[in-house]
Amino acid sequence: MIETERHEYDVLVIGAGGAGLRAAIAARERGLRTAIVCKSLFGKAHTVMAEGGCAAAMGNVNENDSWQVHFRDTMRGGKFLNSWRMAELHAKEAPDRVWELETWGALFDRTPDGRISQRHFGGHTYPRLAHVGDRTGLEIIRTMQQRIVALQQADHAQTGEYESRLRVFGECTVTELLTDDDGAVAGAFGYWRESGRFIEFSAPAVVLATGGIGKSFQVTSNSWEYTGDGHALALRAGANLIDMEFVQFHPTGMVWPPSVKGILVTEGVRGDGGVLKNSAGERFMFGYIPDVFKGQYAQTEDEADRWYTDQENNRRTPDLLPRDEVARAINTEVKEGRGSPHGGVYLDIASRMKPEEIKRRLPSMYHQFKELADVDITAEPMEVGPTCHYVMGGIDVDPDTGQSRVPGLFATGECAGGMHGSNRLGGNSLSDLLVFGRRAGLGAADYVAALGRRPVARTGAVDAAAGMTLAPFEPPAHGSGENPYTLHAELQRRMNDLVGIIRTEAEMTEALEHLAELRRRVRDVVVEGHRQYNPGWHLALDLRSMLMVGEAVASSALARTESRGGHTRSDHPGLDPEWRHRALLTACVRDGQEDAVVPRIAVERTERAPMREDLLALFDLTELEKYYTPAELIAHPGAGPQGGTA
Amino acid sequence: MTYTARLRVWRGDAAGGALTDYEVDANEGEVVLDILHRLQATQTPDLAVRWNCKAGKCGSCSAEINGRPRLLCMTRMSVFEPGEVLTVTPMRTFPVIRDLVTDVSFNYAKAREIPSFTPPPDLGPGEYRMKQADVGRSQEFRKCIECFLCQDTCHVVRDHEENKPAFAGPRYLMRVAELEMHPLDVADRVAEVQDEHGLGLCNITKCCTDVCPEGIKITDNALIPMKERVADDRYDPLVWLGRTILRRGSRQARE
Repeated sequence: MIETERHEYDVLVIGAGGAGLRAAIAARERGLRTAIVCKSLFGKAHTVMAEGGCAAAMGNVNENDSWQVHFRDTMRGGKFLNSWRMAELHAKEAPDRVWELETWGALFDRTPDGRISQRHFGGHTYPRLAHVGDRTGLEIIRTMQQRIVALQQADHAQTGEYESRLRVFGECTVTELLTDDDGAVAGAFGYWRESGRFIEFSAPAVVLATGGIGKSFQVTSNSWEYTGDGHALALRAGANLIDMEFVQFHPTGMVWPPSVKGILVTEGVRGDGGVLKNSAGERFMFGYIPDVFKGQYAQTEDEADRWYTDQENNRRTPDLLPRDEVARAINTEVKEGRGSPHGGVYLDIASRMKPEEIKRRLPSMYHQFKELADVDITAEPMEVGPTCHYVMGGIDVDPDTGQSRVPGLFATGECAGGMHGSNRLGGNSLSDLLVFGRRAGLGAADYVAALGRRPVARTGAVDAAAGMTLAPFEPPAHGSGENPYTLHAELQRRMNDLVGIIRTEAEMTEALEHLAELRRRVRDVVVEGHRQYNPGWHLALDLRSMLMVGEAVASSALARTESRGGHTRSDHPGLDPEWRHRALLTACVRDGQEDAVVPRIAVERTERAPMREDLLALFDLTELEKYYTPAELIAHPGAGPQGGTA
Repeated sequence: MTYTARLRVWRGDAAGGALTDYEVDANEGEVVLDILHRLQATQTPDLAVRWNCKAGKCGSCSAEINGRPRLLCMTRMSVFEPGEVLTVTPMRTFPVIRDLVTDVSFNYAKAREIPSFTPPPDLGPGEYRMKQADVGRSQEFRKCIECFLCQDTCHVVRDHEENKPAFAGPRYLMRVAELEMHPLDVADRVAEVQDEHGLGLCNITKCCTDVCPEGIKITDNALIPMKERVADDRYDPLVWLGRTILRRGSRQARE
């Protein structure tokens, strides 16, 4: 038997970004013994990279804002595919979650009357994003990190130990969830990155908060951590993924120099007045307002410019269309030969704002371009292009509690699906992780409280997990073995080239063939050295997750024969109302011939729950008719006795 | 333009180690972390280096380049001569785990010793009103990405293990300043910052400010003002008298 360190907790949270920390705070405040496991150091998670802000209808800058307006914007952004219940809870609870952060010490930028300032962002009707310059994510993660320290200090005062009720296991990777004979969660198995030693958690509830999947793509704004661990862990434990075809390409990533390609340029640049231009100097977004948004955006540059100061009498600039629209527009401009020298387009704030003002509002963008690209954004335009940024799809969960179909398994934040539909609005991610992080923590706490006995992990599960983890050290049965870095680079290239912004059936089929080949090769992956802080080994293990997620994305993208949000099929370019009410679920195949290294997945269709009537009534019938089938709109108050009217 | 970069990287663990020479391709626009990643992918797959965002926002990839504490992801190769040998070593102030990765738990331990934000008892969520000018001071300190380069460079602890128990380091002395300057915090940490966190050991050489990748004026804006508050607290008789009366008054009010 392999030596393994053991710990017992009530709730185990995997991931220490905003969602994980908020879940842990909620569980600990309910009095449960809570552990947080994270691949990086405490406080370094991907949330630090969120720049623009946190959407919450507080109405501080425009008092017309309300949860109903926020709900409508979110559903429109997601092209009506969102879990309407999640969008409702999110819009209603986001303000409380932001105000709560202030009581934990957060310092947002202020309005002149001393309240939290709010900025414009794509797809949001009113200025709605609470922010701190362009480092809002850092403020939010630091605030929750410090809240956790405060809770630990309270525990220290009471018990003499900081970690008696809440402990962070930093630089620790979970490779397998443990379940009991009935399939309920019993804990998790993993290893300490620093030492390579194994660790087992016994816990009746696990909250997955592992973030996204961007590291499967070559050009991405995501860090190395974003390998889809939570998605893969959930699949292997028996949960479903939903909407995996929807991947958000943020329209503005850096494109030059090559080493920084993909690094995020905040949407706040456009929210604060920056505009997109092509090589001819044209503000091309005016030519890309899609039919579903006609009438909601300015048609002329003059109206768009007036809107920044007078939103009552003017419509917003199309530079602030939802991200999927802007990314596709940039893609088209570049393809048609109107791009910038390094294959992007121009994002110009220099000609629209005074240098001091740019430095005050966008300090880290100024710094980032100055340091990494020798570009002074106060004097010249930036070059930007789309970068893989966020996955809308994720673990299928109950909207109110975050529980998956596996008893005791919860998910929240980016790794959970449903909230954002086919496309997430900027600013809705930080609010998502606050609202649903708390809900998942409470859901887990309620589940544990109602539990009669602690589930016990299946015998042999820990040894099997340990064996899987050590496999890359074994020389392969034949040949010299595969290098994990080479496999990873190939996966990223294939996903980028074939499963990117614009997709076709032929490309998806080709992608799945390549993924099948990589799945075969990953069995022969071999690493050098020993278990102590060995990045090659860590990557070899993360590849298992990335391959499963890659197959989930490509298979779902193949099945959905329409274009919507973060899924564009050039062979099926239109929005199809028959696809609006359908969802694609990804599950592990259980047919007795399982591939233990990278379990095979299958995608199947399901129907979405119809929106509650009072929520449906928040939209005009004419708008809904652009998305819905007539039969679905019979219940709408605006509908005539025969059903849909125009 | 591709050229061959010459690197001397510290390889080893807590038991010991040595500088090892490498030659790696480098391309235009790359940073030191790119070169180390290429080294991992082509020559040394087990080279340990901590990193995350590669955009100067998370503060994970701290190390020393030619002896100077820096973020590997924000140090462009173009600041060095193409033929120059770059020496990359782990942060010296913290115990080595492996190669360029150090044990930074000292910092997390110090973070726990600073009394947290203490909200005003009479204000509920949503009732906070603060002026931008007043939050600006603490916001500067909250730009900190916790890369711990200031802790690494600070001579009070850099070669003085014996000072570590009594000294929180610039990052956490600045955390005290941040809380003390928060417009609505109601706790008082002034005596404590001197007596328990070692503010007195700081002799304002500004090394911390020099290495801060966020450009935070740690010494001028955080440490010196805290020293002034300590001095006012301890040595100004009028302040002492006023505070004693106030303290008595608020105690009576509570009773």
